[in-house]
Amino acid sequence: MTTSASHRLRSLLDEVGTVDQTGIEERVQKYATRSVKKHSKVFGLKLAVSMVDLTTLEGKDTPGKVLSLCQKAVHPHEDAAIPSVAAVCVYPSMVKHARRHLSGSAVRIASVATAFPSGQTPLATRLKEVRSAVGDGADEIDMVINRGAFLAGELDLVQDEISAVREACGKATLKVILETSELETYDNIRLASFLAMRVLRAGDFIKTSTGKTSANATLANNQVMLDAIRDHYFQTGVEIAMKPAGGIRAAKQAITFLVAVKETLGDRWLNNTRYRFGASSLLNDLILQLEKERTGRYQAPYALSEASGNY
Amino acid sequence: MAQKKSPTPVRELLFGNLWEFDPSPESASPNIDPRYDLFINGKTVVPRSGKYFASTSPRNGKKLADIAEAGAADVEAAYVAASQAFPKWSRLPGAERGKYLFRIARLLQDRSREFAVAETLDGGKPIRESRDFDVPMAAAHFFYFAGWADKLDYLAAGRKAVPLGVIGQVIPWNFPLLMLAWKIAPALAGGNTVVLKPAETTSITAMKFVSILHAAGLPPGVVNIVTGASETGSAVIRHPGAAKIAFTGSTAVGKEIQRATAGTGKRLTLELGGKAANIVFEDAPIDQAVEGIVNGIFFNQGHVCCAGSRLLLQESVADAVLRRLKLRVQQLRVGDPLDKNTDLGAINSPQQLRKIQALVKCGVHEGADLYQPEVNLPKKGWYFPPTIFSNVSMSHQIAREEIFGPILSVLTFRTAEEALEKANNTRFGLSAGVWTDKGSRILKMSGALKSGVVWANTYNKFDPASPFGGYKESGFGREGGKHGLLEYLQLT
Amino acid sequence: MERLPVLKTLKCLVGGAFIRSEGGGVYPFYNHRGHFIANIPLCTRKDLRNAVEAAAKAAPGWASRSPYNRGQILYRVAEMLEARASELAEVLKLSNRSSRDALREVHASIERVIHYAGWTDKFQAILGSVNPVATQHFNFTLAEPIGVVGVLAPEERPLLALLSLVLPAITSGNTVVALASHTQPISAIVLGEILAVSDLPEGVVNLLSGRRTDLLPTFATHEQLRVVCAVANGSDRKAIEHGAADSVKRTVILNGDPACDWFADSMQGPCLIRDFVEFKTVWHPIGG
Repeated sequence: MTTSASHRLRSLLDEVGTVDQTGIEERVQKYATRSVKKHSKVFGLKLAVSMVDLTTLEGKDTPGKVLSLCQKAVHPHEDAAIPSVAAVCVYPSMVKHARRHLSGSAVRIASVATAFPSGQTPLATRLKEVRSAVGDGADEIDMVINRGAFLAGELDLVQDEISAVREACGKATLKVILETSELETYDNIRLASFLAMRVLRAGDFIKTSTGKTSANATLANNQVMLDAIRDHYFQTGVEIAMKPAGGIRAAKQAITFLVAVKETLGDRWLNNTRYRFGASSLLNDLILQLEKERTGRYQAPYALSEASGNY
Repeated sequence: MAQKKSPTPVRELLFGNLWEFDPSPESASPNIDPRYDLFINGKTVVPRSGKYFASTSPRNGKKLADIAEAGAADVEAAYVAASQAFPKWSRLPGAERGKYLFRIARLLQDRSREFAVAETLDGGKPIRESRDFDVPMAAAHFFYFAGWADKLDYLAAGRKAVPLGVIGQVIPWNFPLLMLAWKIAPALAGGNTVVLKPAETTSITAMKFVSILHAAGLPPGVVNIVTGASETGSAVIRHPGAAKIAFTGSTAVGKEIQRATAGTGKRLTLELGGKAANIVFEDAPIDQAVEGIVNGIFFNQGHVCCAGSRLLLQESVADAVLRRLKLRVQQLRVGDPLDKNTDLGAINSPQQLRKIQALVKCGVHEGADLYQPEVNLPKKGWYFPPTIFSNVSMSHQIAREEIFGPILSVLTFRTAEEALEKANNTRFGLSAGVWTDKGSRILKMSGALKSGVVWANTYNKFDPASPFGGYKESGFGREGGKHGLLEYLQLT
Repeated sequence: MERLPVLKTLKCLVGGAFIRSEGGGVYPFYNHRGHFIANIPLCTRKDLRNAVEAAAKAAPGWASRSPYNRGQILYRVAEMLEARASELAEVLKLSNRSSRDALREVHASIERVIHYAGWTDKFQAILGSVNPVATQHFNFTLAEPIGVVGVLAPEERPLLALLSLVLPAITSGNTVVALASHTQPISAIVLGEILAVSDLPEGVVNLLSGRRTDLLPTFATHEQLRVVCAVANGSDRKAIEHGAADSVKRTVILNGDPACDWFADSMQGPCLIRDFVEFKTVWHPIGG
């Protein structure tokens, strides 16, 4: 990296501060010891359902798959007490199919864009993709940052690209994926969070990961980003939202992530305009747990719609 | 005309009751007997005086059990049993002694939950701490010292390590089972036998521990436990049969013990009070430093000799740290120690509560700024909210005296030299904390701090392999590691 | 009417699973009265290669466990050995050993495991050091695991000697591939079964049976084996030391003739652990 680039990196790090790995990993372990039972458990599970961005991002996605997804998103279960999810999350070419099924519903349409997941195409191509998805009816855009540029210390470039995407989104909400596994260190995740937040609007999101690498959302990287959101709010008054994605499959994990939100950012972030889960199989595990609370019996997964697996 | 500068809006987070946790009490049974007698020579023995005293639960003030009061005759019987057991025990091959200790460790692990609930009920600490820290750590101490029993000559550097004889041990109420493990495990590994007196407000897990000794088949007389208050403790300390006295408790009592053992030839180790400085530099990772500050003073309600009770903040980050510290403290759940979500449990006794209240009052009176989050304390039992005093100086009484409660005094500094001066400006010297991103500074500070333990970018970390003990009036001698084991041996 | 018992098929512990040799070869084991007991896998160099791969895969995880955790696992091995002590003694007696002698070997093996269980969180305090250098630096030396270790057990004391060579290596965080005694292989097979239920992660110890002549060259030259520890004499010894040179492998060779007194205290301890560690020395300035 050039000397001016490394200088910029160093001074931004000095400005936002560093993260101690052992310390933060110990802190988040305490969240897992919280015992959330009875009404508070039901509240948490329903809250989590309402925060799900129900996702399908596969090469083999078809309009038929998107139809099933949208239907599940609006009616996760026959029990009407279980709310709809926050959004569906699909590839740009699927947005128009989702739009057909979701008009009149409160469930939003999020589209990945900017050459998700790698981001390795020219900026102009990425911006065109964003405008196209928004034009097809996407309410939200999930973009990826330029990790190559970040790791080379070209922070201005990374931030300028986020600004450009922000502009291309128009009225749509922007979620900025940092791809925590590629940033590797907690210091870098904190740095990248600030880079992004400083050009975002209230209600935009920072997001952990694409779900396409082997390491995704963890309590620790979630915490780094929540702390950054808090500090940014103190500095500017702007409320940025958070989305962990990938690797959260069990209801118990989701509850633990919500405990982290409760104890770091408090009540105003405990709703789906400020927190989302990027997940697919999580939804059914949340419903399984809700059904268990409702009936008192442990449930079989195959009783739920869109269940995967045969047992 | 000059424009009035509009103040930066105060941006607050809302920590309200949108998502309240339901009570989540631990349901495992502690199996507490209605009455506990003395344990002497492998048998349960009624006290000669026939006297018992009540052990109450700090969470609600109710009685848990009657505890035997050992008098001079009982203490004499205990020392006789320990002396008689010593020759055979000390001549056992180390590997055999080790196997007894391994058994004890594993049996304690088997009954971990039961002991954790008993510890919480008897002492008041949150179940999460007794379950996740006290009991596993006690088992770990037995496991660690079990492995030393046949390796003693590696400590002796060309000489031979032999046991001392009968050890008199007096332990405090803040970590009852863990302190028992810290004392008994190395003593036995070294081939000594023991007469141990638990603290009078927390005898229950020690007496339950007797059943572990039975299950392990420990030979009679190797461990003897005599319960009682300060008179019993005095008898244990003064008995001529003790080759060594090991004491953990207050500095005041430690000094009495040192006087009482003067001229007797008894070896002595003392682990006494503290008033640790927790030093935060401007380049410290702030949120992790805040967590360390909280762990330092609110762990176990601050009933910790090495508690980070003086926070020394570098001026340039003082506001940022204090703001986040107060937010973090608002997340601490104060209440029924049996609830799995409780962070801060009950104060151990009404006496301790009164002492804390008096010192807090003193702090207010001396002009320090008090902060306490809003908490609903239970109506019954003994509780105190987490408390932060800022604008404290070293002349304030709250900065000099050990409070032994959830009370933090915050001071500031500008330079490392100043931090060192303030940190060392105390009769105590048990522990200290240093928070900075700079490695060379950690090494310089830890070299200059007059403390037996220095935690860098962490706090209140313990391990059986890590020696623990103080400088100055925090005592002498070390517990844990090979240093701790050597205290129970003589080199011939 | 007498019931016909089921004969046990003997397989080798490799990567946490029990395998037959990939070459399909076996040799028969007869007890001292000439009765057929079982077929023993004749492991090939490919089996050895696979075992080294399994050991290498297990190495980072085993090394990163806390010393306390490793100690707990070794103690559990002792618990499992104790529970099957009489079975192991019966196996040793198949080779014409007296009950007393067989039990003596089994008990000594259990004691040795416990001895090393107690070293996992202590050897660092004996082998490591803080070094008082003359400059303004904090300087410390740590004993770190070297990686994957190869072991060639002697013919005698098939349980005790094998364990005595394997234990110091795994205590210090290494993983092991060992070749059992050829003439008395069954106790090693049973040891494998015991290790598999002792919470020992798969691949940490891999136990092969077969002929030394088949496998010695590969033990000597496989570059991923960083230490070879063997009881060997004469041409075997020379072959190991020579083969090791190509990858600058460390060799720890014990004289097999006369046989070691495996029961002696000198056959255990941190000096033996030392053979399986690398010493890492670190400097850091002290200052503001």
